Amino acid sequence: MPLLKIEKLSKSFGGLKAVSNLNIEINEGELIGLIGPNGAGKTTAFNLLTGVYEQTEGKILFQDKDMRGLKPYHVTQRGMARTFQNIRLFSDLSVIDNVKIAYHQRSSYGIFSAFLRLPSYYVGEEEMQRKAMELLKIFNLDHKAEEIAKNLPYGEQRRLEIARALGTEPKLLLLDEPAAGMNPQETHDLMNLIRWIREKFKLTILLIEHDMSLVMGVCERIYVLDYGMIIAQGAPDEIKSNPKVIEAYLGEEVV
Amino acid sequence: MGKRINRQSVVTLLGVLLVYAIVQGSILMDILPPFVALTLIQVCIFIILSTSLNLINGITGQFSIGHAGFMAIGAYMAAIVVVKFQGPLMLALLAGALVSALAGFLIGLPTLRLKGDYLAIATLGFGEIVRIIFLNMEYVGGASGFSVPKTITWTWAFWLMVISVVIIRNFIYSTHGRACISIRENEIAADVMGINTTKYKIMAFTIGAFFAGLAGGIYANYLYIIQPLTFSFLKSFDILVMVVLGGLGSLTGSILGAVVMTVVSAALSGWPEWRLVITAILLIVMMIFRPKGLLGTKEFSLSFLGKKGEKNASSKD
Repeated sequence: MPLLKIEKLSKSFGGLKAVSNLNIEINEGELIGLIGPNGAGKTTAFNLLTGVYEQTEGKILFQDKDMRGLKPYHVTQRGMARTFQNIRLFSDLSVIDNVKIAYHQRSSYGIFSAFLRLPSYYVGEEEMQRKAMELLKIFNLDHKAEEIAKNLPYGEQRRLEIARALGTEPKLLLLDEPAAGMNPQETHDLMNLIRWIREKFKLTILLIEHDMSLVMGVCERIYVLDYGMIIAQGAPDEIKSNPKVIEAYLGEEVV
Repeated sequence: MGKRINRQSVVTLLGVLLVYAIVQGSILMDILPPFVALTLIQVCIFIILSTSLNLINGITGQFSIGHAGFMAIGAYMAAIVVVKFQGPLMLALLAGALVSALAGFLIGLPTLRLKGDYLAIATLGFGEIVRIIFLNMEYVGGASGFSVPKTITWTWAFWLMVISVVIIRNFIYSTHGRACISIRENEIAADVMGINTTKYKIMAFTIGAFFAGLAGGIYANYLYIIQPLTFSFLKSFDILVMVVLGGLGSLTGSILGAVVMTVVSAALSGWPEWRLVITAILLIVMMIFRPKGLLGTKEFSLSFLGKKGEKNASSKD
């Protein structure tokens, strides 16, 4: 049984078909890439998966459950977390508060314990603090826990966003252009990080990326999207030599 | 972390006790002019109002300007319980706060779908509707007002204020408060982080309305008479000015704002026509020199009294 199964997924904005007839299957533990030229519909596909948009047609089955009509927070609670192409941190909050907010959905104490500071408040807060610090340590951000998120360098903000997404304890992690704006060295480090968190957290990862070296380097299978449709899929080597993909990226050869 | 009582909270508690004792002492010795006593109780009422509005506007980032409406509901409800049913004061205050919270919940459900200016207009409209309903209710005296015996003392007002501020503070520095702050910071990201944004907006609105109702109840049982005109949108703006002056998102800022504005109003009570002018000038100067409010989103802290490690007590504890 695949972890995520997308069947004939379509989304239209008025007359524009942003995504049409999308079929993707992801098994547990896989690391899948979704690539395509600008405007191919990659981010729309992510927004459909995470409940930001509702599909016009088709089905999304996550762990064999239909995700139709779920709100984004519900999708996250079911075990799907994402990062954004343009970083969306809680930029005026401290680094650790960013992560703690992700742990909120699993918080153990209610609002009246919070009002009155009952013992369960202290237990819950201490547990959250500990878990958040552990996560930050993994991402080598623990020494910056009290810093304001927007003051971090760009690369660290990206890392924090991934850390925060992992705070929701997902099964499937969706990364929307994690290497955007990174230099080759940072991209290389990110590649190792992605591989490593997959092992460490037993994750399944779907990633959108422009940076070919990253996609070809880490992904086991790749789907290529163009004009909202899948034009190719397969292992990185097959994709590299697929004439349709080359055409989509570089244009048709003029003879 | 771990240490549940730190030096800072002890100092704060001592400070609170000291303020209470000085005022209570001077009331007992009869050396406090009645006008000053009145102002001090008004300060307490406005602190409850401004901190609860800050929970909605500053912490959750939902711009509401109908706080006088909730205050009116609490005031009239508490007055009805006391005058019409001869209920005890505590019950009256609680009834006022609860009915106001219920109103906040019911109003919040549809209006919190709106954002920014639209929410502001809707809540402004709500406040005016509440006022006009009471204006036309003969049961509570209509325009001529509703007489209520004065039962609130400094002790009541002060400790109810302290309890309100502590509860609001406890809420803000909990995971639920962080959920509200995350909505203010980035609603889309909050949603994607698994936070039910609608639920937390309504929660903040309801809690804010609860304390506004409580403040209204205290007000009604202190001033002998309540009139619908007291709860006009100008009152909402007064509260909003306190919050903005102190800094949106700063609880201590709201307290400071409430104290400053109430004292300034009281000092200008001889020249009522100048009060609004001075308020406006104060705000303009503020927007030029400190657009984030006196304290911004920061909290005034006594950290300089503590040792290292307590520096970030406000965000850690």
